Amino acid sequence: MKYLDEYRDGDLAKKLGVEIHRLTTRPWNIMEVCGGQTHAIVKFGIDELLPKQITLIHGPGCPVCVTPLEVIDKALALAAKPGVIFTSFGDMLRVPGSTTDLLAVKAKGGDVRIVYSPLDALKLAEQNPAKQVVFLGVGFETTAPATAMAVFQAAQKRLKNFSMLISHVLVPPAIEALMSSPDCRVQAFLAAGHVCAVMGYEEYPPLAEKYHVPIVVTGFEPLDILQGILMCVQQLEAGRAEVENQYARAVRREGNRPAQRLMHEVFQVVPRKWRGVGEIPASGLGLRADYAAFDAEKKFGLADIQVDEPADCLSGLVLRGQIKPQACPAFGHKCTPEHPLGATMVSSEGACAAYHRYRRHNAAETTDIK
Amino acid sequence: MTTPDFKATCPLPMQQYPHVLMAHGGGGKLMHQLLENVFGKAFSNPILDTQHDSAQFTMPPGRLAMTTDSYVVQPLFFPGGDIGSMAVHGTVNDLAMSGARPIYLSCAFIIEEGLPMETLWRVVVSMRAAAKKCGVQIVTGDTKVVDKGKGDGLFINTTGLGVIEHAWHINPQNVGSGDAVIVSGDLGRHGMAIMAVREGLQFESTIESDSAPVHEIVLALLKAGVKIHCLRDLTRGGLASALNEIAGSAGVKIAIDEPLIPVREDVHAACEMLGLDPLLVANEGRFVAFIAARDAARALEIMRRHTGGKRAALIGSVAEFSHPLVTLRSVIGASRILDMPSGEQLPRIC
Repeated sequence: MKYLDEYRDGDLAKKLGVEIHRLTTRPWNIMEVCGGQTHAIVKFGIDELLPKQITLIHGPGCPVCVTPLEVIDKALALAAKPGVIFTSFGDMLRVPGSTTDLLAVKAKGGDVRIVYSPLDALKLAEQNPAKQVVFLGVGFETTAPATAMAVFQAAQKRLKNFSMLISHVLVPPAIEALMSSPDCRVQAFLAAGHVCAVMGYEEYPPLAEKYHVPIVVTGFEPLDILQGILMCVQQLEAGRAEVENQYARAVRREGNRPAQRLMHEVFQVVPRKWRGVGEIPASGLGLRADYAAFDAEKKFGLADIQVDEPADCLSGLVLRGQIKPQACPAFGHKCTPEHPLGATMVSSEGACAAYHRYRRHNAAETTDIK
Repeated sequence: MTTPDFKATCPLPMQQYPHVLMAHGGGGKLMHQLLENVFGKAFSNPILDTQHDSAQFTMPPGRLAMTTDSYVVQPLFFPGGDIGSMAVHGTVNDLAMSGARPIYLSCAFIIEEGLPMETLWRVVVSMRAAAKKCGVQIVTGDTKVVDKGKGDGLFINTTGLGVIEHAWHINPQNVGSGDAVIVSGDLGRHGMAIMAVREGLQFESTIESDSAPVHEIVLALLKAGVKIHCLRDLTRGGLASALNEIAGSAGVKIAIDEPLIPVREDVHAACEMLGLDPLLVANEGRFVAFIAARDAARALEIMRRHTGGKRAALIGSVAEFSHPLVTLRSVIGASRILDMPSGEQLPRIC
């Protein structure tokens, strides 16, 4: 397929692997921030082409995984309400809350629908004036502009039956939180290409300088990721710590200005809880006061739903890159994709689910990347 | 689709009954009109025409194969097929997976009150055409009507009966080390055709379902003496589910090569866009065959002679008896597990 096959060429992938082997003289820990990249790494077996000294640490960039338990519980409460059409991206439906998930609420009669865009949810609101349509707005800077657009349009159309349960999160504060932690092992980052397509990468040079880490804006296809790793290794071996752009075909330094303006119009930066990580200051987006009418938490009075995460689930350590999924005692036993304890086992982008799907047997002839 | 000797218009007096009523399942005159004028007319054959409570017939010599399946697809009509043709093809294909020649079908309709009579008629006409193409007779059936809101328009169940005219036992226990793994054509079309219609997704070309009978391909392989060890149709759960089921039943490791698996470019593109894996998507006219390695080339040559088998491909082999496992060598040459899907595939967030 055009624009895809070119970036999945097996011979070129091997050449990049050989080049990484040639340059690597000692162990390096590289974190891919985005869950989409984690998925590609295990799906294509990219890590098998790397030297043993390179450890890939899977970062907190799976929006499904980091959405806090209490937001899921709020979603469940809303979805069960009569007269509500609850809309969400598909992979949020299986994420366990503290008692159940959205698929189970749907089975019990809740009107839960998968949409591909928040604008589809907006359309539903226009088509169903007698119902309250709520959209679960999760994701990083990648999905935030579409959420912002839906809220903006709903305001222009003066819709009274549309609202959002918002849990958008931001990448740079998460990188900062990781790097400032005393047990951080990360020596270089593959920054998430699609986040940077929206936001650009002007936020990264201060981080690279402050923590002396190379940051390479990287795409999602096998050759993108291998080249991103190669660029990290080149910097690490040379002692450099700069921001570079591997994903130049999609990312410009300044990003997508109109999208940023729209986000700024609708959202303000707020502190946000990350599932398994805890609260990170200034790491989320919330609706500005002008758009408070579209805030489902306020509209339906959900502020008092607060819950703790299950103690058996070590997804927080996985999300912080401190353990590999198989190191969790619950992995594959108490916690499987069919009965997930934590969200990292639910989303196809979650590190635990990716390992369970592609790696759980040693017989798969895989190289462990611990 | 209809045959030239058959009227495509619904024979029931439409002005009177444009929609199916509860009374059409109530056992009275209306039900008899429906049975006689719609199902009786469309499926007419000497066995059905006796209008008895059960069909009576003599089967040709040989072991028998029997299967049943229910069809609940929405929308009822989709590019490349409809619930009626699918209800025939699906059951015929299940029989074919035993190497049986399909002969008779039963069919039961559960109709939601209010279904347009014209819609029912179109489905029935399509079933008739599909049955004719497959060389099977619909010899008994049933109709129930459920209250509005308690069905999804129309559900169909078909049961199939076929005869096995060879001495081989085609089942997972016969799968052995070294067997060639062959798929009968390109994958993922049915699931993506349905999803495109359901979600209103527009692509440059219309993706059509692959819904089709495959028994002729299987019978041709058997006739040529190709040593078939196991067959499995690639419906719900797609290739990934089928291979994992067989690896589990046979206690083997199956190793396949991703670049060898035929997937049409438009299907691939649609899957990429929605974050789905074509190997997990449903097909309605495709199967995987485990065949003695020495017969693989001949099997491919025979399959490719058929319309539904033009893109048949050798995609891997059975590696060894072991802990059940399916591995896939990716396009960049690395190996990973090909797992059974956990549930329905859900479109990814980004």
